[in-house]
Amino acid sequence: MLAAMDPQTPQPVESDLLRLSTAGSVDDGKSTLIGRLLYETKSIFEDQLEAVERASREKNTEYVNLALLTDGLRAEREQGITIDVAYRYFSTPRRKFILADTPGHVQYTRNMVTGTSTADLTIVLVDARKGLTEQSRRHTFIASLLRVPHLVICINKMDLVDYAERVYEDLRAEFLPFLSRLDLRDVTFIPVSALHGDNVVQRSTNMPWFDGPPLLHHLENVFIASDRNLIDVRFPVQWIVRPMTNAHHDYRGYAGQVASGVLKAGDEVMVLPSGLTSHIASVDTYDGAVPEAIPPMSVTLRLTDDLDVSRGDIVCRPNNQPVVSQDVDATICWMSTKPLRTGGMYSVKHTTRSARAVVKELRYRVNINTLHRDESATTLELNDIGRVSLRTTTPLCFDPYRRNRTTGGLILIDEATNETVAAGIILG
Amino acid sequence: MRYNLSHLDMLEAESIYILRETAAVFERPVLLFSGGKDSAVLLRLAEKAFRPARLPFPLMHVDTGHNFPEVLEYRDRTVERLGERLIVRSVQDSIDQGRVVEQTGPRASRNRLQTTTLLDAIAEFRFDAALGGARRDEEKARAKERVFSFRDEFGQWDPKMQRPELWGLLNGRIHQGEHVRVFPLSNWTELDVWQYIDREGIDLPSIYFAHSRSVISRDGMLLAVSPYIRLTEPEVPVEVEVRFRTVGDMTCTGSVRSSARSIGEVMREIAATRISERGETRADDRFSEAAMEDRKREGYF
Ligand SMILES: Nc1nc2c(ncn2[C@@H]2O[C@H](COP(=O)(O)OP(=O)(O)O)[C@@H](O)[C@H]2O)c(=O)[nH]1
Repeated sequence: MLAAMDPQTPQPVESDLLRLSTAGSVDDGKSTLIGRLLYETKSIFEDQLEAVERASREKNTEYVNLALLTDGLRAEREQGITIDVAYRYFSTPRRKFILADTPGHVQYTRNMVTGTSTADLTIVLVDARKGLTEQSRRHTFIASLLRVPHLVICINKMDLVDYAERVYEDLRAEFLPFLSRLDLRDVTFIPVSALHGDNVVQRSTNMPWFDGPPLLHHLENVFIASDRNLIDVRFPVQWIVRPMTNAHHDYRGYAGQVASGVLKAGDEVMVLPSGLTSHIASVDTYDGAVPEAIPPMSVTLRLTDDLDVSRGDIVCRPNNQPVVSQDVDATICWMSTKPLRTGGMYSVKHTTRSARAVVKELRYRVNINTLHRDESATTLELNDIGRVSLRTTTPLCFDPYRRNRTTGGLILIDEATNETVAAGIILG
Repeated sequence: MRYNLSHLDMLEAESIYILRETAAVFERPVLLFSGGKDSAVLLRLAEKAFRPARLPFPLMHVDTGHNFPEVLEYRDRTVERLGERLIVRSVQDSIDQGRVVEQTGPRASRNRLQTTTLLDAIAEFRFDAALGGARRDEEKARAKERVFSFRDEFGQWDPKMQRPELWGLLNGRIHQGEHVRVFPLSNWTELDVWQYIDREGIDLPSIYFAHSRSVISRDGMLLAVSPYIRLTEPEVPVEVEVRFRTVGDMTCTGSVRSSARSIGEVMREIAATRISERGETRADDRFSEAAMEDRKREGYF
């Protein structure tokens, strides 16, 4: 945050925003890397740094443990591990960053799925001495499953392998066959030492053989504007604005956040699942009508006709509609300690619509390490990933997740405990 | 039209979405309005979410009885201008009813007592969602909190039992007697808040800008002299040009030396500062490394 505040480099009042997540096994250096990014972008205030220095002294560590900056909760401090998703904020004159810091333990895969679901970019951290581990495979697989547009694989602790190009190249070579089996669009490798700062913010003088940019430079420059879907108009209706006052007697607006596509006054639109059509009379905001709305703007649509539109409906274009169906096939990540009940009823939340669904069938469970499909599986347990068929009580209006991260995602909720038990990625 | 949204546009869109989800999913939400800058921004976002209709929830202020008069005046003028309903519940009443016991001594504060008053009010009105202006960048425990943060029937937060939040899908299902704290400003930083106040021309209490005030120096903070604070021996009030970075009780909110009289000047000062908002100005966070986490578990804001 404070780097932006250097008088020589004033933060432009309007910069853009990149959401990123980090993943790595325990001790691969994730907290150290994040601590370094925060430290070097001057996002850490003096009193916070002092608190960390004090804590480091009390624990008798010989260097300031930057990892302590990111470990928030008491339980974690006591156990010395990260146990949940935590969000960090830093910025440079070019960009503002929201970082979801997710832990690497096997049992916390669900947190990585959570942190990664909204990320534009994921950093997977690998210990140069250990090579491609089960955990690295798992993290990379999850990033591809959640279709994170940009992946950065940081080979960390290069200082412990004498900054050797060979080690880095061998690791890359080991990774590539695995990556080629996944659906990833943009993968970048960077050799770093989080502890000493090589290739994090400054280009490393210890690794002259590496000609790519340091991590922060990559984060600042990776092109994300084209990751948005501006083609398929999808507007899940969230709330009906009906003032019912004298000044706005007949006002009836459909409020929501644009999931994808561009909406303009005059456009012909269709409301699903009813299939009724109308035209957009205006795209309203508190600050007045706007010529058009793009994702992820929150706006209020008025239509030229008086249709029966409710929360959970989707506004689209007549010639480009989502699937409307009660049968949904999805890859799900199970997030509860109570295993999946095949045949059981769950509550579903999909865009702004709530429904109930029976899990009709578990087709297979994915072995994340081999990507093998186990068709003999009868249930999914915490952190398992598998493919299911759902039958919902009312139709959902959805797109394949690979085409639309908003209309292609859903969650399952246990109706007794109200826990969120699964994240679903709709196939199709 | 430009196809690029700025970070403020994106944060605004996300917050409006969260406010609308809250109104749609819960039966009886309430917006906690303290009169501070974060709740001022929250209120503006609520207007953006629901106008031209009225807000689909009342506002509530938990009055410690130790507020800055400027903030109370601001609260009342804002509510009046918006024409919305304000509920006030006071810590003094909780003390008079014997629900809590007033602390004593020079460092006595009603900060922690607010939790009881808040939970009692939530029970009284059967609120199932309470919208607050807390941000994840404020403090380490907050950095892990969900946007829809579940509270059990005792109002307690359990950091280990938080519901995963995927995409924008918020799970607001609860049982009778439980409630959810909702934080639409989760992803905003202090600087974002100021930039937005500037961009939107949001009115604030005067104490956010430099003014001359009688203060004492205590525990490295400049505390305002008021009827609610007892001076101890060596403490001598001095007149200083100050402003406040946060708004809490007069007993535990420190001011900073400042000559910033406009939003632009405040932003420049914040940009240059090297000390966090809560670290500089909140005695309530200084008790221990885990002060905030402990209070949050009990049901604090
Ligand atoms: N030599 C060396 N040690 C590192 C590096 N990065 C992290 N470490 C050390 O590895 C250990 C685990 O790091 P930490 O950041 O806590 O790992 P996390 O569990 O992934 O968050 C700590 O002792 C760090 O100091 C590095 O680049 N080089």
